Amino acid sequence: MTSLDRLRGDVQPKNHNARTIAALTANPGCSRRAVMDAAGIDKSRLASYIGFPARFGQSQFAITRGNAFEAQLKANGCAELLRLLREALKLPIEEASYDDLESLEQMDARAARSRQLLTRAASGEEGAGTLFDHPLLRLEVGGRWVYLEPDLVALRTGGKFYVVEIKSFAVIDGQADGTKVSAAATQSAVYVLALRRLLAEAGHDPLLVSHDVVLVCPENFSNRPVATLVDVRKKLSVLERQLSRMARIDAIVESLSPDLTFDLAPDSSGVPQRPASELVDGLGQVDARYSPECLANCELAFFCRHEARGTTASLGKSVREELGGVSSVELALSLASGSASPEPDQEEAAAMLRYAAKLRAEIVS
Amino acid sequence: MSALTALARASAVQAGVAQPIATVRHVHLSSRPLVFIPLSLAGEAHAPLAALVGSSVESPQLLVVPQPRNRDQRFGFAATLAEILVSYVDSFCGETETVAVDRGRDVRERYVDAPQILVPNGGGIGFVRLFGRSTRFRRTTGEWAVDPAVPLLGRWLTFFAERAEYPGSSMLVSMTGALGMHWATGQSSVEDANLAALLGWIAPPAGMTGAEAALEAEDPLRWPPAGPATDPTFDNEVLAPAIESGSLSTLEKALRDQLEPTWELMWRGVSLLRALPAGSRVERRWADDRGAFTGYVEYVAEGGFPQAKLDVAVAAAQRLAKLERAQALYDAQRAYDDPLVLAEYRLTGEAFAGSVVASSPDRLDASGKKRVLRPHITVRSDDPVRLGPGVTVVSPARPAQKGRIVSVSGSDVVLELSGGMGRGLTAPPGSVPEVGERLTYTTLTESYQAPAAFPSRDETPWTHGGPPAEYVPDNEDAAEEWS
Ligand code: SF4
Repeated sequence: MTSLDRLRGDVQPKNHNARTIAALTANPGCSRRAVMDAAGIDKSRLASYIGFPARFGQSQFAITRGNAFEAQLKANGCAELLRLLREALKLPIEEASYDDLESLEQMDARAARSRQLLTRAASGEEGAGTLFDHPLLRLEVGGRWVYLEPDLVALRTGGKFYVVEIKSFAVIDGQADGTKVSAAATQSAVYVLALRRLLAEAGHDPLLVSHDVVLVCPENFSNRPVATLVDVRKKLSVLERQLSRMARIDAIVESLSPDLTFDLAPDSSGVPQRPASELVDGLGQVDARYSPECLANCELAFFCRHEARGTTASLGKSVREELGGVSSVELALSLASGSASPEPDQEEAAAMLRYAAKLRAEIVS
Repeated sequence: MSALTALARASAVQAGVAQPIATVRHVHLSSRPLVFIPLSLAGEAHAPLAALVGSSVESPQLLVVPQPRNRDQRFGFAATLAEILVSYVDSFCGETETVAVDRGRDVRERYVDAPQILVPNGGGIGFVRLFGRSTRFRRTTGEWAVDPAVPLLGRWLTFFAERAEYPGSSMLVSMTGALGMHWATGQSSVEDANLAALLGWIAPPAGMTGAEAALEAEDPLRWPPAGPATDPTFDNEVLAPAIESGSLSTLEKALRDQLEPTWELMWRGVSLLRALPAGSRVERRWADDRGAFTGYVEYVAEGGFPQAKLDVAVAAAQRLAKLERAQALYDAQRAYDDPLVLAEYRLTGEAFAGSVVASSPDRLDASGKKRVLRPHITVRSDDPVRLGPGVTVVSPARPAQKGRIVSVSGSDVVLELSGGMGRGLTAPPGSVPEVGERLTYTTLTESYQAPAAFPSRDETPWTHGGPPAEYVPDNEDAAEEWS
């Protein structure tokens, strides 16, 4: 049993997907999250059990709409998508052949088949296909293999591969919600990376996979799709950095107490028996780096926010900076009122805080 | 975020209640604003689901789209909303006043009051913009005909959404934005986007701290989200079955329950803002809003086209420059109106406050052809002075008078004054600050800045696409799918 298995306890590791891998990059400085994810701990379940349930529900309307849009694009052997890609990527018409990889049942078989087809295409074999529907890729995350399923991979003349991501948020007059585009780009970057590694393993040039991904969204207020190329180079480098950090997770794990575990100790009917307080203590042993952005990205956010009460970081990065980088609210206020004396490296911040406090006091009675 | 606001947030944590970051109100508040709380269906391209709308707290009107994916029902919703909104807008097209324009060379009429729409949050403003976009090009005749009120609604919504981008405009205001300008909470700005949580900090119920009230406000069962997005659990467990059931009363009840708590919060927000005294320049900005409103009423009456989909190059650059000027002016006006805002500039060295320790009100400058009155005063600053000789400053207490910094020694600043003293060679009593008077001087200016020169529409350089065609909506716009 490895240390990560011990941390997780006697359950199957929680599987990653592109979305959770993308979320890893949201707070790269947080050891707590890195350890939890590397060990495959079900953060959502843990958070609920200790009384801080995450709220990441998905509306069935959104799911239905997303599925319907994808189905529409892929109907009749991807007819609509193909037309779009011909425009966006100048995909030569006569070469359009289509491999539906979703229909293969077994994960490993699918992954093997996907690898086979994609590497054949990379070697430029005759009739190797140009569209690959839901190929199954693999990526190593913190020492474990994670299966990933891009919506589509398209191959253009000249052997360039493009990851195609289908999203159901609208592009209106050429503009879409920036947060959503960014999230889609990060997810696509995960696929690009996995595909590049697949090709590299098979001895091909990983750069055959374009850093431009094709984002397909409904246009304006209709169901008509529109394709946009999105450059994910920046996302790729952040992602690679975080994944190599995950690969070095051992150093963090070594520093933890050798009997630390987040095992929920379920009884024979699966009901957790572990006292919540022990789990809370355990979480406290792994350094976190809470910021308000966690609320949108991490299942442990409500717990970490609770724990971070009284820190300036919990008020947001800019507040912390404006308070001269002083880490606790109480200390910042004591420095501002002059009731605490600053450490040598806090002199400047303290002077600014005293001045700000004086101004506020002068005006707000 | 300024250091003063950051400190106010820290104080709010300690005090357990939000702290003021303004001493006066910087937004205009209508005596009968139209409160509008839209909800949209998750996953759809801005499909309206419901709205609660009205201009008095007692009489909200509930609008519901029973089958949000049904195109006709969406346009039905738009037509009903149009009836409410357009008649609200029309109710301001009454009394006018005559105002001088073009520096007194001309006059024009301006309505004495104008409409104001209040939405809960930034998402509400986005809804107004996109709903305007999806309705303003519709045709009222022919194959894809819609109710004539629909495209008119679209144009008004677009007008409001465009005004909302204009710094200092109060025609379309988000409640979270307006409250957040006046109070700092003990939570982050991410959390302030939740209206219930924000109000929890500003006015916690008796016996509760702001933090406790905000925590409770995050429970979507007690305080449903203020829209336009709905709570996913509500969607799955209440909304979907209600739509399925086909019972309008069930659906209406479900949606009313989601909207009413926010309705209550909106009016609580209105009362809190009303309780603040208005800054003295708020009326001036509202007059600009009234002018813009009057102009658009006239444009619509003359049969002008709906707003274009995208600004053409010159228009976009012009608009950007205009917004930048408006922002600078708005910043200055708020600082002039509010010592707490001005204090932010003192902190950054763009302003200093102090007392007059010497004054020579009769000083004349004889260096030029004509002798002119140029009094000198010495201000002993309380603040570190980071401005140097030659810099021009103004005191909000005497906006018509300029001071040029002559010298700075230690905390003593010598200023040479001009303006605001009449035309003679002796200064009228009181026009020059006297010894002992406390003043703040700042580099911020609210004086008129000539707009940058842009090529006219017809002279758009070819690098920017050449002269644009007037945007005339076509068949395709009218027929644009909405599914
Ligand atoms: S919520 Fe906690 S564990 Fe998750 S990223 Fe933030 S600080 Fe780390």
